[in-house]
Amino acid sequence: MAVTGILLVLFLIAHMLGNLKVFAGDASFNHYAHWLREIGAPILPNVWFLWIMRVGLLVAVLGHIWAATVLALRARAARPVRYAHRKKVRGSYAARTMRWGGVIILLFVIYHILDLTTGTLNPVGDPSRPYANVVADFAPERWYVTLFYTLAIVALGFHLRHGVFSALRSLGQQTPRGEQRARAVALVFAVALCAGYLLVPFAVLTGLVS
Amino acid sequence: MNLTLRIWRQSGPEDKGRMVTYQVDDVSPDMSFLEMLDVLNERLILAGEEPVAFDHDCREGICGMCGLMINGDAHGPQRGTTACQLHMRQFSDGDTIDIEPWRARAFPVIKDLVVNRNAFDKIIAAGGYITAPTGSAPEAHSVPVAKANADAAFESAACIGCGACVAACPNGSGMLFTAAKVTQLGLLPQGQPERHTRVIGMVDAHDEAGFGGCTNAGECTVVCPKGIPLTTIGRLNRDYLAATAKRGDTPGT
Repeated sequence: MAVTGILLVLFLIAHMLGNLKVFAGDASFNHYAHWLREIGAPILPNVWFLWIMRVGLLVAVLGHIWAATVLALRARAARPVRYAHRKKVRGSYAARTMRWGGVIILLFVIYHILDLTTGTLNPVGDPSRPYANVVADFAPERWYVTLFYTLAIVALGFHLRHGVFSALRSLGQQTPRGEQRARAVALVFAVALCAGYLLVPFAVLTGLVS
Repeated sequence: MNLTLRIWRQSGPEDKGRMVTYQVDDVSPDMSFLEMLDVLNERLILAGEEPVAFDHDCREGICGMCGLMINGDAHGPQRGTTACQLHMRQFSDGDTIDIEPWRARAFPVIKDLVVNRNAFDKIIAAGGYITAPTGSAPEAHSVPVAKANADAAFESAACIGCGACVAACPNGSGMLFTAAKVTQLGLLPQGQPERHTRVIGMVDAHDEAGFGGCTNAGECTVVCPKGIPLTTIGRLNRDYLAATAKRGDTPGT
Protein backbone atom coordinates (compact mmCIF):
# COMPACT_ATOMS: atom_id res chain seq x y z
CA MET A 1 0.00 0.00 0.00
CA ALA A 2 2.69 2.43 1.06
CA VAL A 3 5.05 2.01 -1.88
CA THR A 4 2.39 2.07 -4.61
CA GLY A 5 0.68 4.94 -2.78
CA ILE A 6 3.85 7.01 -2.76
CA LEU A 7 4.30 6.48 -6.52
CA LEU A 8 0.73 7.69 -7.09
CA VAL A 9 1.28 10.68 -4.79
CA LEU A 10 4.33 11.72 -6.83
CA PHE A 11 2.13 11.64 -9.92
CA LEU A 12 -0.55 13.68 -8.15
CA ILE A 13 1.97 16.40 -7.30
CA ALA A 14 3.26 16.61 -10.88
CA HIS A 15 -0.28 16.56 -12.28
CA MET A 16 -1.42 19.36 -9.96
CA LEU A 17 1.55 21.57 -10.86
CA GLY A 18 0.81 20.95 -14.54
CA ASN A 19 -2.86 21.85 -14.04
CA LEU A 20 -1.91 25.19 -12.52
CA LYS A 21 -0.37 26.07 -15.89
CA VAL A 22 -3.95 26.90 -16.89
CA PHE A 23 -3.47 30.27 -15.13
CA ALA A 24 -0.56 31.06 -17.48
CA GLY A 25 -3.01 31.23 -20.38
CA ASP A 26 -4.25 29.33 -23.41
CA ALA A 27 -0.97 29.10 -25.36
CA SER A 28 1.20 28.23 -22.37
CA PHE A 29 -1.16 25.46 -21.15
CA ASN A 30 -1.47 23.91 -24.60
CA HIS A 31 2.27 24.11 -25.11
CA TYR A 32 2.80 22.31 -21.80
CA ALA A 33 0.28 19.60 -22.74
CA HIS A 34 1.92 19.02 -26.11
CA TRP A 35 5.38 19.00 -24.52
CA LEU A 36 4.27 16.10 -22.28
CA ARG A 37 3.96 14.02 -25.44
CA GLU A 38 7.47 14.88 -26.57
CA ILE A 39 9.49 14.42 -23.37
CA GLY A 40 12.61 12.39 -23.98
CA ALA A 41 12.78 13.12 -27.71
CA PRO A 42 14.82 12.34 -29.67
CA ILE A 43 16.06 9.36 -27.62
CA LEU A 44 12.50 8.27 -26.98
CA PRO A 45 10.21 8.46 -29.99
CA ASN A 46 7.07 10.57 -29.76
CA VAL A 47 4.68 9.78 -26.85
CA TRP A 48 6.92 6.93 -25.61
CA PHE A 49 7.73 8.72 -22.38
CA LEU A 50 4.04 9.26 -21.74
CA TRP A 51 3.29 5.58 -22.34
CA ILE A 52 6.09 4.50 -20.00
CA MET A 53 4.55 6.74 -17.33
CA ARG A 54 1.08 5.38 -18.06
CA VAL A 55 2.20 1.77 -17.73
CA GLY A 56 4.05 2.59 -14.50
CA LEU A 57 0.98 4.34 -13.07
CA LEU A 58 -1.29 1.47 -14.13
CA VAL A 59 0.98 -1.02 -12.35
CA ALA A 60 0.98 1.21 -9.24
CA VAL A 61 -2.82 1.60 -9.31
CA LEU A 62 -3.40 -2.14 -9.79
CA GLY A 63 -0.89 -2.95 -7.03
CA HIS A 64 -2.62 -0.44 -4.73
CA ILE A 65 -6.07 -1.90 -5.44
CA TRP A 66 -4.78 -5.45 -5.06
CA ALA A 67 -3.23 -4.69 -1.65
CA ALA A 68 -6.38 -2.87 -0.53
CA THR A 69 -8.57 -5.79 -1.63
CA VAL A 70 -6.41 -8.30 0.23
CA LEU A 71 -6.63 -6.15 3.39
CA ALA A 72 -10.40 -5.71 3.05
CA LEU A 73 -10.98 -9.45 2.51
CA ARG A 74 -8.75 -10.31 5.46
CA ALA A 75 -10.61 -7.80 7.64
CA ARG A 76 -13.95 -9.33 6.63
CA ALA A 77 -12.71 -12.86 7.33
CA ALA A 78 -11.16 -11.83 10.65
CA ARG A 79 -14.56 -10.92 12.15
CA PRO A 80 -17.16 -13.45 10.97
CA VAL A 81 -19.71 -12.50 13.69
CA ARG A 82 -20.40 -8.77 13.82
CA TYR A 83 -21.03 -6.73 16.94
CA ALA A 84 -24.67 -6.01 17.76
CA HIS A 85 -23.59 -2.68 19.25
CA ARG A 86 -20.69 -1.08 17.43
CA LYS A 87 -19.39 2.43 18.05
CA LYS A 88 -18.30 4.41 15.06
CA VAL A 89 -14.56 4.23 14.60
CA ARG A 90 -12.98 6.82 16.89
CA GLY A 91 -9.78 7.18 14.93
CA SER A 92 -10.03 9.77 12.20
CA TYR A 93 -12.92 10.16 9.77
CA ALA A 94 -10.28 9.83 7.07
CA ALA A 95 -9.16 6.41 8.35
CA ARG A 96 -12.66 4.98 8.27
CA THR A 97 -13.47 6.26 4.78
CA MET A 98 -10.35 4.83 3.11
CA ARG A 99 -12.14 1.96 1.38
CA TRP A 100 -15.22 3.55 -0.11
CA GLY A 101 -13.25 6.77 -0.61
CA GLY A 102 -10.83 4.76 -2.72
CA VAL A 103 -13.70 3.39 -4.81
CA ILE A 104 -15.03 6.92 -5.44
CA ILE A 105 -11.56 8.02 -6.54
CA LEU A 106 -11.27 5.03 -8.90
CA LEU A 107 -14.64 5.80 -10.51
CA PHE A 108 -13.59 9.42 -10.86
CA VAL A 109 -10.25 8.49 -12.48
CA ILE A 110 -12.09 6.38 -15.08
CA TYR A 111 -14.45 9.27 -15.82
CA HIS A 112 -11.56 11.74 -15.83
CA ILE A 113 -9.62 9.74 -18.44
CA LEU A 114 -12.70 9.41 -20.66
CA ASP A 115 -13.29 13.14 -20.23
CA LEU A 116 -9.92 14.83 -20.62
CA THR A 117 -7.56 12.18 -22.06
CA THR A 118 -9.67 10.44 -24.70
CA GLY A 119 -12.18 13.31 -24.90
CA THR A 120 -15.11 10.88 -25.24
CA LEU A 121 -17.23 12.59 -22.59
CA ASN A 122 -15.96 16.11 -23.19
CA PRO A 123 -18.17 18.69 -24.97
CA VAL A 124 -15.19 19.86 -27.07
CA GLY A 125 -13.09 16.69 -26.98
CA ASP A 126 -10.32 18.04 -29.21
CA PRO A 127 -6.95 16.57 -28.15
CA SER A 128 -5.07 19.40 -29.84
CA ARG A 129 -6.81 22.05 -27.69
CA PRO A 130 -6.61 20.89 -24.03
CA TYR A 131 -7.24 24.40 -22.72
CA ALA A 132 -10.56 24.57 -24.57
CA ASN A 133 -11.48 21.11 -23.24
CA VAL A 134 -10.90 22.21 -19.64
CA VAL A 135 -12.84 25.46 -20.04
CA ALA A 136 -15.77 23.64 -21.70
CA ASP A 137 -15.70 20.98 -18.98
CA PHE A 138 -16.24 23.28 -16.03
CA ALA A 139 -18.63 25.73 -17.72
CA PRO A 140 -21.32 27.01 -15.28
CA GLU A 141 -24.14 25.13 -17.07
CA ARG A 142 -22.24 21.87 -16.50
CA TRP A 143 -22.28 22.43 -12.71
CA TYR A 144 -22.77 18.71 -12.05
CA VAL A 145 -19.33 17.98 -13.55
CA THR A 146 -17.74 20.51 -11.20
CA LEU A 147 -19.71 19.03 -8.30
CA PHE A 148 -18.53 15.48 -9.05
CA TYR A 149 -14.98 16.75 -9.54
CA THR A 150 -15.11 18.54 -6.17
CA LEU A 151 -16.49 15.48 -4.37
CA ALA A 152 -13.77 13.29 -5.86
CA ILE A 153 -11.03 15.73 -4.89
CA VAL A 154 -12.36 15.99 -1.33
CA ALA A 155 -12.45 12.18 -1.17
CA LEU A 156 -8.85 12.22 -2.41
CA GLY A 157 -7.95 14.74 0.31
CA PHE A 158 -9.35 12.47 3.04
CA HIS A 159 -7.64 9.48 1.41
CA LEU A 160 -4.30 11.30 1.52
CA ARG A 161 -4.77 12.58 5.06
CA HIS A 162 -4.80 9.03 6.39
CA GLY A 163 -2.79 7.54 3.52
CA VAL A 164 0.30 9.70 3.90
CA PHE A 165 0.45 9.15 7.66
CA SER A 166 -0.21 5.43 7.26
CA ALA A 167 2.45 5.05 4.54
CA LEU A 168 5.07 6.69 6.75
CA ARG A 169 4.07 4.40 9.62
CA SER A 170 4.21 1.31 7.37
CA LEU A 171 7.72 2.28 6.31
CA GLY A 172 8.87 2.46 9.90
CA GLN A 173 8.04 5.85 11.40
CA GLN A 174 8.32 4.99 15.10
CA THR A 175 8.77 7.97 17.44
CA PRO A 176 5.95 9.89 19.19
CA ARG A 177 7.24 13.26 17.96
CA GLY A 178 7.66 11.84 14.48
CA GLU A 179 4.04 10.66 14.64
CA GLN A 180 2.85 14.21 15.37
CA ARG A 181 5.00 15.48 12.51
CA ALA A 182 3.76 12.76 10.15
CA ARG A 183 0.13 13.60 10.97
CA ALA A 184 0.77 17.31 10.46
CA VAL A 185 2.55 16.71 7.16
CA ALA A 186 -0.31 14.47 5.98
CA LEU A 187 -2.92 17.11 6.85
CA VAL A 188 -1.06 20.04 5.28
CA PHE A 189 -0.23 18.00 2.17
CA ALA A 190 -3.84 16.82 1.75
CA VAL A 191 -5.23 20.35 2.11
CA ALA A 192 -2.62 21.84 -0.23
CA LEU A 193 -3.23 19.21 -2.90
CA CYS A 194 -7.02 19.64 -2.64
CA ALA A 195 -6.67 23.39 -2.97
CA GLY A 196 -4.35 23.05 -5.95
CA TYR A 197 -6.75 20.76 -7.79
CA LEU A 198 -9.89 22.73 -6.93
CA LEU A 199 -8.42 26.07 -8.07
CA VAL A 200 -8.82 25.10 -11.74
CA PRO A 201 -12.55 24.21 -11.91
CA PHE A 202 -13.53 27.12 -9.67
CA ALA A 203 -11.42 29.53 -11.71
CA VAL A 204 -13.32 28.37 -14.81
CA LEU A 205 -16.67 28.51 -12.98
CA THR A 206 -16.11 32.09 -11.84
CA GLY A 207 -14.80 33.19 -15.22
CA LEU A 208 -11.23 33.76 -14.05
CA VAL A 209 -10.10 31.34 -16.74
CA SER A 210 -12.06 31.40 -20.00
CA MET B 1 -29.42 2.10 40.11
CA ASN B 2 -31.73 0.00 37.98
CA LEU B 3 -30.22 -1.24 34.74
CA THR B 4 -31.30 -3.18 31.67
CA LEU B 5 -28.58 -5.49 30.38
CA ARG B 6 -28.54 -7.03 26.94
CA ILE B 7 -26.01 -9.86 27.18
CA TRP B 8 -24.69 -12.24 24.53
CA ARG B 9 -25.69 -15.78 25.53
CA GLN B 10 -24.12 -18.74 23.75
CA SER B 11 -24.21 -22.18 25.39
CA GLY B 12 -21.09 -23.44 23.58
CA PRO B 13 -18.84 -23.02 20.53
CA GLU B 14 -21.42 -24.68 18.26
CA ASP B 15 -24.41 -22.66 19.49
CA LYS B 16 -25.51 -19.77 17.32
CA GLY B 17 -25.94 -17.38 20.25
CA ARG B 18 -28.25 -14.42 20.82
CA MET B 19 -28.62 -11.24 22.87
CA VAL B 20 -30.77 -11.81 25.99
CA THR B 21 -32.24 -8.99 28.07
CA TYR B 22 -31.95 -8.97 31.87
CA GLN B 23 -33.17 -6.46 34.42
CA VAL B 24 -30.79 -5.78 37.34
CA ASP B 25 -32.14 -3.61 40.15
CA ASP B 26 -30.49 -1.98 43.17
CA VAL B 27 -27.03 -1.77 41.66
CA SER B 28 -24.63 0.29 43.79
CA PRO B 29 -22.60 2.89 41.88
CA ASP B 30 -19.57 1.71 43.89
CA MET B 31 -19.75 -1.79 42.44
CA SER B 32 -17.27 -2.78 39.77
CA PHE B 33 -18.73 -3.90 36.46
CA LEU B 34 -17.85 -7.52 37.22
CA GLU B 35 -19.44 -7.29 40.68
CA MET B 36 -22.60 -6.12 38.98
CA LEU B 37 -22.43 -9.25 36.78
CA ASP B 38 -21.82 -11.34 39.95
CA VAL B 39 -25.05 -9.92 41.40
CA LEU B 40 -26.90 -10.82 38.21
CA ASN B 41 -25.43 -14.35 38.27
CA GLU B 42 -26.43 -14.93 41.93
CA ARG B 43 -29.98 -13.99 41.05
CA LEU B 44 -29.92 -16.24 37.98
CA ILE B 45 -28.64 -19.18 40.08
CA LEU B 46 -31.34 -18.60 42.72
CA ALA B 47 -33.91 -18.58 39.95
CA GLY B 48 -32.51 -21.87 38.63
CA GLU B 49 -31.12 -20.35 35.45
CA GLU B 50 -27.69 -20.74 33.88
CA PRO B 51 -25.34 -17.94 35.07
CA VAL B 52 -23.55 -15.75 32.53
CA ALA B 53 -20.01 -17.03 31.88
CA PHE B 54 -17.32 -14.33 31.76
CA ASP B 55 -13.53 -14.34 32.16
CA HIS B 56 -11.90 -12.74 35.19
CA ASP B 57 -9.04 -13.38 37.54
CA CYS B 58 -7.17 -10.71 39.52
CA ARG B 59 -9.85 -7.99 39.35
CA GLU B 60 -7.00 -5.51 39.83
CA GLY B 61 -6.54 -4.60 36.16
CA ILE B 62 -3.22 -6.37 35.72
CA CYS B 63 -3.90 -9.95 34.64
CA GLY B 64 -5.57 -9.40 31.28
CA MET B 65 -8.28 -12.03 31.78
CA CYS B 66 -11.38 -9.87 31.76
CA GLY B 67 -12.53 -8.44 28.49
CA LEU B 68 -16.02 -7.35 27.55
CA MET B 69 -17.39 -5.23 24.75
CA ILE B 70 -19.56 -2.80 26.74
CA ASN B 71 -21.88 -0.66 24.62
CA GLY B 72 -19.46 -1.10 21.70
CA ASP B 73 -16.43 -0.05 23.75
CA ALA B 74 -13.74 -2.61 24.55
CA HIS B 75 -13.49 -2.59 28.41
CA GLY B 76 -16.26 0.05 28.59
CA PRO B 77 -16.43 3.81 28.39
CA GLN B 78 -13.53 4.76 30.71
CA ARG B 79 -10.12 5.12 29.00
CA GLY B 80 -7.12 3.19 30.31
CA THR B 81 -9.29 0.89 32.43
CA THR B 82 -9.99 -2.83 32.30
CA ALA B 83 -13.60 -4.03 32.68
CA CYS B 84 -12.87 -5.23 36.24
CA GLN B 85 -11.71 -1.75 37.26
CA LEU B 86 -14.69 -0.05 35.65
CA HIS B 87 -17.19 1.15 38.23
CA MET B 88 -20.94 1.39 37.86
CA ARG B 89 -20.75 5.13 38.61
CA GLN B 90 -19.75 5.45 34.95
CA PHE B 91 -23.38 4.59 34.11
CA SER B 92 -26.70 6.20 34.99
CA ASP B 93 -29.89 4.85 36.48
CA GLY B 94 -32.14 3.42 33.78
CA ASP B 95 -29.33 2.79 31.28
CA THR B 96 -29.44 -0.10 28.83
CA ILE B 97 -26.01 -1.73 28.56
CA ASP B 98 -25.04 -4.07 25.72
CA ILE B 99 -22.42 -6.64 26.71
CA GLU B 100 -20.75 -8.77 24.03
CA PRO B 101 -17.64 -10.96 23.83
CA TRP B 102 -14.57 -9.97 21.79
CA ARG B 103 -15.40 -10.63 18.15
CA ALA B 104 -12.63 -12.15 16.05
CA ARG B 105 -12.15 -15.33 14.06
CA ALA B 106 -8.92 -15.89 16.00
CA PHE B 107 -10.86 -15.57 19.30
CA PRO B 108 -13.69 -18.13 19.03
CA VAL B 109 -16.39 -17.92 21.70
CA ILE B 110 -16.19 -20.76 24.24
CA LYS B 111 -19.31 -19.78 26.15
CA ASP B 112 -21.34 -16.58 26.57
CA LEU B 113 -18.71 -13.84 27.04
CA VAL B 114 -15.66 -16.12 27.28
CA VAL B 115 -13.40 -16.32 24.23
CA ASN B 116 -10.39 -18.52 23.51
CA ARG B 117 -7.27 -16.33 23.25
CA ASN B 118 -4.82 -19.15 22.47
CA ALA B 119 -3.94 -17.31 19.26
CA PHE B 120 -1.97 -14.81 21.40
CA ASP B 121 -0.03 -17.69 22.97
CA LYS B 122 0.89 -18.90 19.47
CA ILE B 123 2.22 -15.44 18.60
CA ILE B 124 4.29 -15.41 21.81
CA ALA B 125 5.60 -18.94 21.13
CA ALA B 126 6.75 -17.76 17.70
CA GLY B 127 9.19 -15.21 19.10
CA GLY B 128 8.17 -13.63 22.39
CA TYR B 129 11.22 -14.87 24.27
CA ILE B 130 14.95 -14.23 24.67
CA THR B 131 17.95 -16.53 24.95
CA ALA B 132 18.92 -16.36 28.60
CA PRO B 133 21.47 -18.42 30.49
CA THR B 134 19.80 -20.81 32.91
CA GLY B 135 21.02 -20.96 36.47
CA SER B 136 21.42 -18.03 38.80
CA ALA B 137 20.25 -14.60 37.69
CA PRO B 138 23.05 -12.44 36.25
CA GLU B 139 24.13 -9.22 37.97
CA ALA B 140 21.48 -6.66 36.98
CA HIS B 141 23.96 -3.89 36.13
CA SER B 142 26.27 -6.02 34.00
CA VAL B 143 24.32 -5.10 30.83
CA PRO B 144 23.74 -1.33 30.62
CA VAL B 145 20.46 -0.19 29.02
CA ALA B 146 19.90 3.36 27.78
CA LYS B 147 17.27 5.11 29.90
CA ALA B 148 15.10 6.03 26.90
CA ASN B 149 15.10 2.41 25.68
CA ALA B 150 14.35 1.09 29.14
CA ASP B 151 11.39 3.46 29.45
CA ALA B 152 9.98 2.65 26.02
CA ALA B 153 10.47 -1.10 26.59
CA PHE B 154 8.71 -0.84 29.94
CA GLU B 155 5.83 1.07 28.38
CA SER B 156 5.31 -1.84 25.95
CA ALA B 157 5.90 -4.45 28.63
CA ALA B 158 2.77 -3.11 30.34
CA CYS B 159 0.70 -5.03 27.75
CA ILE B 160 -1.45 -7.58 29.60
CA GLY B 161 -2.59 -9.42 26.47
CA CYS B 162 -6.28 -8.86 27.11
CA GLY B 163 -7.18 -8.67 23.41
CA ALA B 164 -9.02 -5.33 23.50
CA CYS B 165 -6.90 -4.13 20.55
CA VAL B 166 -8.22 -6.99 18.41
CA ALA B 167 -11.78 -6.47 19.63
CA ALA B 168 -11.77 -2.78 18.72
CA CYS B 169 -9.83 -3.00 15.46
CA PRO B 170 -12.03 -2.44 12.39
CA ASN B 171 -9.82 -5.03 10.64
CA GLY B 172 -9.75 -7.53 13.52
CA SER B 173 -5.98 -7.19 13.60
CA GLY B 174 -3.79 -8.11 16.56
CA MET B 175 -0.94 -5.89 15.48
CA LEU B 176 -0.81 -3.69 18.61
CA PHE B 177 -0.32 -6.77 20.81
CA THR B 178 2.34 -8.17 18.47
CA ALA B 179 4.05 -4.77 18.19
CA ALA B 180 4.10 -4.33 21.97
CA LYS B 181 5.99 -7.62 22.36
CA VAL B 182 8.35 -6.86 19.48
CA THR B 183 9.06 -3.40 20.91
CA GLN B 184 9.57 -4.59 24.47
CA LEU B 185 12.12 -7.26 23.53
CA GLY B 186 13.67 -5.49 20.55
CA LEU B 187 14.67 -2.41 22.57
CA LEU B 188 16.64 -4.32 25.18
CA PRO B 189 20.14 -5.74 24.67
CA GLN B 190 18.94 -9.17 25.86
CA GLY B 191 16.46 -9.29 22.99
CA GLN B 192 18.93 -8.65 20.17
CA PRO B 193 19.94 -12.21 19.10
CA GLU B 194 16.35 -13.06 18.03
CA ARG B 195 15.41 -9.57 16.94
CA HIS B 196 14.90 -10.39 13.26
CA THR B 197 13.61 -13.96 13.52
CA ARG B 198 11.25 -12.71 16.24
CA VAL B 199 9.47 -10.10 14.15
CA ILE B 200 9.07 -12.40 11.14
CA GLY B 201 7.97 -15.35 13.26
CA MET B 202 5.48 -13.34 15.29
CA VAL B 203 3.94 -11.60 12.27
CA ASP B 204 3.63 -14.96 10.46
CA ALA B 205 1.99 -16.52 13.52
CA HIS B 206 -0.32 -13.49 13.76
CA ASP B 207 -1.41 -13.87 10.13
CA GLU B 208 -1.79 -17.65 10.38
CA ALA B 209 -4.06 -17.29 13.42
CA GLY B 210 -6.59 -15.48 11.23
CA PHE B 211 -6.18 -11.92 12.47
CA GLY B 212 -6.75 -9.14 9.93
CA GLY B 213 -4.09 -6.80 8.55
CA CYS B 214 -3.21 -3.46 10.19
CA THR B 215 -4.25 -0.27 8.39
CA ASN B 216 -3.00 2.14 11.08
CA ALA B 217 -6.58 3.14 11.91
CA GLY B 218 -5.56 3.69 15.55
CA GLU B 219 -8.64 2.21 17.29
CA CYS B 220 -6.51 -0.22 19.29
CA THR B 221 -4.51 2.35 21.19
CA VAL B 222 -7.69 4.25 22.18
CA VAL B 223 -9.19 1.24 23.97
CA CYS B 224 -5.93 -0.27 25.28
CA PRO B 225 -6.25 -0.37 29.09
CA LYS B 226 -2.47 -0.01 29.34
CA GLY B 227 -2.12 2.80 26.79
CA ILE B 228 0.27 0.95 24.46
CA PRO B 229 1.13 3.63 21.86
CA LEU B 230 0.55 3.24 18.12
CA THR B 231 4.23 4.06 17.55
CA THR B 232 5.05 0.45 18.55
CA ILE B 233 3.54 -0.63 15.22
CA GLY B 234 6.00 1.63 13.39
CA ARG B 235 8.80 -0.04 15.33
CA LEU B 236 7.47 -3.46 14.31
CA ASN B 237 7.27 -2.35 10.67
CA ARG B 238 10.83 -1.05 10.75
CA ASP B 239 12.14 -4.27 12.29
CA TYR B 240 10.13 -6.27 9.76
CA LEU B 241 11.61 -4.35 6.81
CA ALA B 242 15.13 -4.75 8.21
CA ALA B 243 14.56 -8.43 8.94
CA THR B 244 13.27 -9.23 5.45
CA ALA B 245 16.11 -7.22 3.88
CA LYS B 246 18.66 -9.18 5.93
CA ARG B 247 16.84 -12.49 5.39
CA GLY B 248 16.60 -12.87 9.14
CA ASP B 249 14.18 -15.77 8.65
CA THR B 250 16.59 -18.11 6.84
CA PRO B 251 19.57 -19.98 8.26
CA GLY B 252 22.96 -18.91 6.93
CA THR B 253 24.58 -20.94 4.20
